[in-house]
Amino acid sequence: MNPRKYLKVYKKFLHTSFASELEYKTNILIDLITAILSLIGSIFLLSIFFQNNVSIGDWEFEEALIIQGIYTILNGITNTWFNPNLSEIVKHVREGTLDFVLLKPIDSQFFISLKKINPSGFLEIMLGLCLLLFCIKINQINLNLSFLSLSLITVTCSICILYSLWFFISTTTIWFVKTWNATEVLRSFLYVGRFPLNSFSFSLRIFFSVFIPIAFITTIPSEVFLGLSQSWKILLEIIVALVFLITSRKFWLFALKFYSSASS
Amino acid sequence: MISNLINRKILTLLKVQYSNMLEYRVEIALWAISGVIPFFMLNIWTNNSLNESINISNVMLSRYFLCAFFVRQFSVVWVVFSFEEDSLMGKVSPYLIQPLNPFFRYFAQHLAEQITRFPFAIIIAFFFFIFNPESIWIPNLGILLLSILSTFLSFLIQFLIQSIVACLCFWTEKASSIERLLFIPTLFLSGLLAPVVSFPEYVKSWIYLTPFPYLIDFPANVLSGNPTNIAGGLSIQVLWVLLLFPAFKKMWSAGTKKYTAMGS
Repeated sequence: MNPRKYLKVYKKFLHTSFASELEYKTNILIDLITAILSLIGSIFLLSIFFQNNVSIGDWEFEEALIIQGIYTILNGITNTWFNPNLSEIVKHVREGTLDFVLLKPIDSQFFISLKKINPSGFLEIMLGLCLLLFCIKINQINLNLSFLSLSLITVTCSICILYSLWFFISTTTIWFVKTWNATEVLRSFLYVGRFPLNSFSFSLRIFFSVFIPIAFITTIPSEVFLGLSQSWKILLEIIVALVFLITSRKFWLFALKFYSSASS
Repeated sequence: MISNLINRKILTLLKVQYSNMLEYRVEIALWAISGVIPFFMLNIWTNNSLNESINISNVMLSRYFLCAFFVRQFSVVWVVFSFEEDSLMGKVSPYLIQPLNPFFRYFAQHLAEQITRFPFAIIIAFFFFIFNPESIWIPNLGILLLSILSTFLSFLIQFLIQSIVACLCFWTEKASSIERLLFIPTLFLSGLLAPVVSFPEYVKSWIYLTPFPYLIDFPANVLSGNPTNIAGGLSIQVLWVLLLFPAFKKMWSAGTKKYTAMGS
């Protein structure tokens, strides 16, 4: 492992994928409108839930907006990095081009996870950040160093969990070849992350914290934002994130043993 | 004679596509699972007793969301994505020579997929009834036929809209991003996530002028037995089909003149 080499390679990745993506300039504009509309849509949906209720699962409208903000940021990150790269794994396996990746003198997981970038996701991240700033204002959260560092830690953990989930599902391609639809299932389940965990019934709450840890992804960072989170929850999130990261790494190395190249 | 020929063509297309689709049973099962969002929404609605304010009982609401799930299952359209791939790979060229509009091929593909999907949707509904035994009901034959008709019309409207968007592939390479943009209002306004009755007045005043509530909300209301104007809804669905079909034909004839046979 040579961090400087990887940094250099990553710069090259950024350069090439930006160059190819900027060929479709109108596409980026359309993606921006899509991101804005989708945020408006989910706020509209929230407003329907709140039109006759003050709180849902002990979350008020202004507080639920924080979850929307964090969800939007994470969705932007998914669209920028995870989605374009990990859907590529399916292609690599089906067409047998994973051979070329494995032959390169660089870590295969690094190459596969960061090769591409989709700049339109940045706009979504910005949108989410703007919403979060607005939420900080309307919820009168006072910014201090411990708050900032705690929220940064939990959001980073969420990103790690999210990445591991995506990577985990994409890795199963090595056995099943076509798991494009499995990512679609994950995507639809992640949709639930737009709402506070407490608004679901008890059994679903268990499901979303044990099997698919959506609870950890958006609800805990939002609680940190409101200053409600207990320290054991934050600690738990860090542990879960580490376990997920390590498992996804192990799983990738394990799966590679079963890779039998295609069409060559 | 002519009708006989058309019949034979359609039957052959359907048969071919059905056997094609049967190969991807796991994929289609995953597709079906990824449509479970309405059930999560139902959980939010009933768990927070949000439905009291819109005068729908728990049972009726759970039937509504189950029907919304069904309608969505049988009106999913992805023709843009198929057509975009085919036109980028140059596969459209041989189709164009054939004495059959290539969209018939996609149409048959969708119908075949729906037939393959049917058992999986039934299994999901079965599980739904295990968890919500009080919402079991059997719609009478007339209602069942009407709702099948309106679901099919909803599918037809979406198929035509997407085919129009797909024709844009003749001008730009990436028409699918426009489809992703159009999907956002479809998602939030069609009634998949919240019944249209619950929408605030300022949306209800104009939403019936758009095709969106007729895509999921109307057929789901018919099937679940929630109050709705059946004759009015069906005639507006037919009206949309009649409006969109000439638009599609125009786009198609303008587009084929523009065709540049990419990738071949």
